[in-house]
Amino acid sequence: MTEQTILQKLEILADAAKYDASCASSGTAKRDSRSGKGVGSTEGMGICHAYAPDGRCISLLKVLLTNHCIFDCHYCINRKSSNVRRARFSPQEVVDLTLNFYRRNYIEGLFLSSGIIKSSNHTMEQLVEVARLLREEHDFRGYIHLKTIPDADPELVHQAGLYADRVSINVELPTDAGLTRLAPDKDARQIEGAMGGVKLAISQARDEKKRFRHAPRFAPAGQSTQMIVGADSATDADIVGKASRLYDSYRLRRVYYSAFSPIPDASAVLPLKRPPLIREHRLYQSDWLMRFYGFAPREVMQATEDDGNLPLDIDPKLAWALKFREQFPLDVNRASREQLLRVPGLGVHAVDRILASRRHRNLRLEDVGKLTVSIGKVRPFICAADWRPTGLTDKVDLRRLLAPKAEQLELFAA
Amino acid sequence: MSAGHPALASDVAGSYTVELPAPDDFDFWRDRARVLLQCDVPPDQVVWIEPGAGGDLFAVTARSLPVPQDPHRTVRASKRFLTLAKNVALHSDADRFALLYRLLWRHRSNPRIMEDRADPDVRRAEELDKAVRRDSHKMHAFVRFRLLDEGGEEHYVAWFEPEHHIVRANAGFFMRRFANMRWSILTPKGCLHWDGVTMREGPPASRSDAPDGDPVEDLWRSYYASIFNPARLKVGAMLKEMPKRYWKNMPEASLIPALVAGAQARESRMVEAGALEFEEKPDTLEGVSKAIHGCRKCPIGLLENTAVMGEGPREAMLMIVGEQPGDQEDQSGRPFVGPAGQLLDFHLQKAGIDRSQAYVTNAVKHFKYTPRGRRRIHQSPAAKEIDTCRWWLESERALVRPKLILAMGASAARALLGKTVSIARVRGQPQMLEDGSELWITAHPSYLLRLDGPARDAQTGMFDADLHAVRERLRELEGV
Repeated sequence: MTEQTILQKLEILADAAKYDASCASSGTAKRDSRSGKGVGSTEGMGICHAYAPDGRCISLLKVLLTNHCIFDCHYCINRKSSNVRRARFSPQEVVDLTLNFYRRNYIEGLFLSSGIIKSSNHTMEQLVEVARLLREEHDFRGYIHLKTIPDADPELVHQAGLYADRVSINVELPTDAGLTRLAPDKDARQIEGAMGGVKLAISQARDEKKRFRHAPRFAPAGQSTQMIVGADSATDADIVGKASRLYDSYRLRRVYYSAFSPIPDASAVLPLKRPPLIREHRLYQSDWLMRFYGFAPREVMQATEDDGNLPLDIDPKLAWALKFREQFPLDVNRASREQLLRVPGLGVHAVDRILASRRHRNLRLEDVGKLTVSIGKVRPFICAADWRPTGLTDKVDLRRLLAPKAEQLELFAA
Repeated sequence: MSAGHPALASDVAGSYTVELPAPDDFDFWRDRARVLLQCDVPPDQVVWIEPGAGGDLFAVTARSLPVPQDPHRTVRASKRFLTLAKNVALHSDADRFALLYRLLWRHRSNPRIMEDRADPDVRRAEELDKAVRRDSHKMHAFVRFRLLDEGGEEHYVAWFEPEHHIVRANAGFFMRRFANMRWSILTPKGCLHWDGVTMREGPPASRSDAPDGDPVEDLWRSYYASIFNPARLKVGAMLKEMPKRYWKNMPEASLIPALVAGAQARESRMVEAGALEFEEKPDTLEGVSKAIHGCRKCPIGLLENTAVMGEGPREAMLMIVGEQPGDQEDQSGRPFVGPAGQLLDFHLQKAGIDRSQAYVTNAVKHFKYTPRGRRRIHQSPAAKEIDTCRWWLESERALVRPKLILAMGASAARALLGKTVSIARVRGQPQMLEDGSELWITAHPSYLLRLDGPARDAQTGMFDADLHAVRERLRELEGV
């Protein structure tokens, strides 16, 4: 067989990496290249250098070191028994690609993951070697996200954290039964054990940093994880419960959801349908409610329907408000921030603007309209100086009135 | 407080004109605005113009600025105003300086005006600020450098077309990021040149001044095309963040129309390649039988053979799973009737298990073989083929719902566990499956047929022991 070119390898190994949802490059320590020899800076905010037609941001060079794998997870295109083309980068090749892309301002850094080759430790060593070369040989100061292998030696995971901004371990499926069925080589306890280890290392490094200025940083952008949605029978309530438990137990920065995509060469154990993109979207919205809107996981679960899933036609905040109508309408001139954040259609920005403006004027409905995106959605749930939604809040068909009209997917817009 | 100029207040005929030296010169605006405010010049009497923007039109009324009586009189503005104003000044809107002066003027009567987000001037300033921040952010994101080799020295050059006057304001970002590279950013609104030590500004450039290619762009384009998931097309979301006007200077954007057009075709190929027609599992055993006869989902289904359906009572407590039909099973259409089946019957009987009470089936429903002359030589199914056929076994399991499953051989074990296990390691240890049934694993009877002498005796002994244990367990389960 002839040697594959870098271009061919890149095609295979980027294609293989696209099922990882995370592409964040934000929230790490601030640094730049002025005092060094290499390139790179991170200034808090992540930058999306391009957008693909799937609407997703391209911020990092997201590749696998190799898609050879000794594991056989049914949802994964790189499973041992799959027929995909295989390729393997050397650590130096990944380093060169990263630097060449970075110098041309295509990317913020590298997100490196890998299939398991030979052993978990061997694979982890290779991943760490890429990060080491970038940081030590090339003084690279951009962003690095390393996917860690759950059962690799904790010492290797520790090294990964010293070079990387973020480390992540995928929990893969929301339930242990799903994991056993679809990822028979993986072990839920081992995955969570590794997450616990990373959490400990992060908090220790923070603590040391407070005492000693030169203490090494450990994954300053924290750790994250990913769950596949729609490959097993877990309900949204299960998923939200799992996510909130993970946030609490391991202080994760993010839980990513990836709607299960029909993958070429998939196993017949999986449902082969269009990926449940709306469902993924609703889960992200519920994630937002918990992280920024003060909703408890229990409250998000209250918004689910009888089958344990969030409604698809309306967003979870509206679903919650419709279930707990007795809490509304709220007076925009008096209600607290926490209360206003519960109003469907009012985002964090809009609420802050209302709070600032109402010190200057008694807000009328028209004023609220200027501060928010869609007054129509907000109206049934608020009172203003000149507005009272008499009866509207209690209307039986309110849901129908507020649910967005079913739309065709915008396929040929470009 | 009011040290106003009486002469100015009454002079409504003429307004003051301030011409800015550069369109992004916030400091110049601030100095002039301070003077005007110190002289109590109301906003409607000042005209602010950018360089080159019809200066001579106003030349008639142009007057030199007044001189404040007290140049040390403080002019107050909120912090929020200052942060906003620095960005607003960079906007391409011609009225931006007038807006800023009006807001500054209004601070006198209401020092907290910036908090009133419902005020039209405040909102307008916020909109302009937002647009400038967005443009800056897009510049950080969408500048694409191309490498020039200038006598052995590397020079990275980019061409970018900003919407607002943001180039100078963003020099620091690129300097901090690419401190050790030699780079230039050329734009129609002015240029930046960094040589590793100092920043130089240059006059506006045109696209032809920039290099027109870079070999690394092929790699980048191929990355862009590969990372895109055709099953999740969301063109609107892409356009919102990457409007078309930026496309012409981004090497990857030329691929977009083809990627979008090909996406649906690619997605349906992906689904077809995996799924075929069975989206829902059949809800009767007859349905499964019918469906497996039509199954061509793996290469075995394409051979010259007949599907062999499991057989036994619909409510059987015990399910026995083998590997795949052999030559005789294929011809008779019934499972376990060949040599291995006969051996199985013998040992079942010996253990006291009534085969007629068990549902007997296979992991793979079709006979896999290679033809050699007239004979068809058995071939073991590949892992992928077992996984594909798992769909049918699971359909049977869901309908029969056995309490105990006996998997014979590695293929059957894989079909039930999803992974390959070693028989020697797992035999004799029942495992709980997801649906609550118990899985027992043993060797396949055809394995016994292939052995001789003491090895066969030893394996037969173990096989009998396994069947015996299963029988015992079945009695326990019956008792429950």
